[in-house]
Amino acid sequence: MASPAFTQQNRKERSTFTIWKALIYVVLAFWAFMVIFPMLWATISSFKTDQEIFFSPWGLPGALQWDNFARAWTKAKLGIFFFNTILVIIPAIGLTLLLSSMVAYVLARFSFRGKQFVFYLFLTGMMFPIFLALVPLYFIMQFSGLAEAAMMDGASHYRIFFNVMLPLAAPALVSVGIFNFLGQWNQFILPNVLMSNVGLDESQSRYVLSQGLYYLYGQQFYQSDWSGLFAAVTLVTIPTLVVYILFHDRIEAGLTVGALKG
Amino acid sequence: MKYGQRTFIFTFLFIPVLVYVVFVAVPYLTSMAVAFTKWRGLSMNITFNGFNNFIKLGNDENFWNALSHNGIALIALPIVIIIISLFFAFLFTQGIRGNGFFRVAFFFPQVMSAIIVGVLWSFVYHPTIGMLNGFLGILGVSSMKSFPWLGDPNTVFGAILAVTVWQAVGFYMVLFITGMESIPPHFYEAAKLDGANSIVMFIQITIPMLWESIRTAIVFLALGAMDMYAIVMIMTNGSGGPSRAADVVPRYMVEAAFQNGEWGYATAMAVVLMLIILILSILSLRFTQRETLEF
Repeated sequence: MASPAFTQQNRKERSTFTIWKALIYVVLAFWAFMVIFPMLWATISSFKTDQEIFFSPWGLPGALQWDNFARAWTKAKLGIFFFNTILVIIPAIGLTLLLSSMVAYVLARFSFRGKQFVFYLFLTGMMFPIFLALVPLYFIMQFSGLAEAAMMDGASHYRIFFNVMLPLAAPALVSVGIFNFLGQWNQFILPNVLMSNVGLDESQSRYVLSQGLYYLYGQQFYQSDWSGLFAAVTLVTIPTLVVYILFHDRIEAGLTVGALKG
Repeated sequence: MKYGQRTFIFTFLFIPVLVYVVFVAVPYLTSMAVAFTKWRGLSMNITFNGFNNFIKLGNDENFWNALSHNGIALIALPIVIIIISLFFAFLFTQGIRGNGFFRVAFFFPQVMSAIIVGVLWSFVYHPTIGMLNGFLGILGVSSMKSFPWLGDPNTVFGAILAVTVWQAVGFYMVLFITGMESIPPHFYEAAKLDGANSIVMFIQITIPMLWESIRTAIVFLALGAMDMYAIVMIMTNGSGGPSRAADVVPRYMVEAAFQNGEWGYATAMAVVLMLIILILSILSLRFTQRETLEF
């Protein structure tokens, strides 16, 4: 038979144990709340009228104002911004994947003079802050076009690359593609700075999403349409949320492993 | 080397290298030269200016003001973010349920764009309809009623730093959890036999074994602290805050270049920023160097 002292100690241990566990859940739930609540609040607000947003910021919408989304999409030109973003993102991701896998393949498979140079040329570019390149980049964008497609003859190396190597690398390409999608979708500095020439685009017809949303947010101080802005924020978050929920394992693993190896 | 192979290598390298040289190498190299010129406005009248841009920079109060904010971020962000995310990573090892849900939720801000995070938090900080003042009202803090968090020089930069912490914690937490998973369990079993509790084990086993991850985090966060362009632009509506109270060097640089047309001066600022980043990366790698534990 267990001594009374022993059972008592055991019970005490168990109770501190559950308190400890409960505390952990409280802390974790608190942070989860901190992360989720602002987004949830913005989403709920996007269904309200401006009146409701101002006079009952905590209440639920009386009736779902789908009109906010319609207004954001057409009047605030979010539809155009979406279209422009997709127009930029698809070729950008495609070209990034194609060009980088071409270089990677050549560097990995062949040895030739200047190989080290090419390798370090690409590597050093990653280490400098983008701000250093901004001014010249701006003038390059203003004044130059880019030389076009390569001429390819039908040698077997090309076929090996496109028929064998690319399909084999497909899983890696998908991962790189996902990161690229997030990176481009979220890109703020380049479109905002390189297209900062307002005179070029008075109607914002060439803006991408991050520019458009920044513009709308700035406009808010002059002509407020809070419900429309909340709706815009909700709409822009959805694609990221979908990509994240679908691929979160891959995104977490890829980003953190990349961090440790880089 | 066969003829076909050589043309193949050439064709495959030509376009990527060309694109890279035009859009990456040339801008970076040109910057180094532009920094030493006097080049203003829209004219193409560029004259050599020696070190004058750098001397002007040394006397520019706005530059030092901006740099001081990057400096504050440089000290605050790594400390706060690493402590919070290590703490959460530790909690995750305590055998809790709903692990997957918390992990996914905590990480999500990392994949959100700066513009969404910025606008979302501007709503949170809004004086009248904002969530933060709403909560404070519920808690009975009436002195903060209608307080403009982003409109007051004393709070604007702190408010922005808090957003940065909010966004980064999940990422570093996952980074540390990944590191923890690779620590062999027999280390803990042995310590348990010696009667160590989980906090002692965390300090004496986990942190030393995680050192490489922590080091990575320090370097990443230091580099991030020298940037902060997007979040500051968005949350101060491009101004750098009331009386520049949240200005950072990249934002001031963009202002000098794209609003004032001081191309040479702005580029000199970017060169200084690059040198600081270079020195910081070397220093933070040196200072955190330790003998890595082999296991």
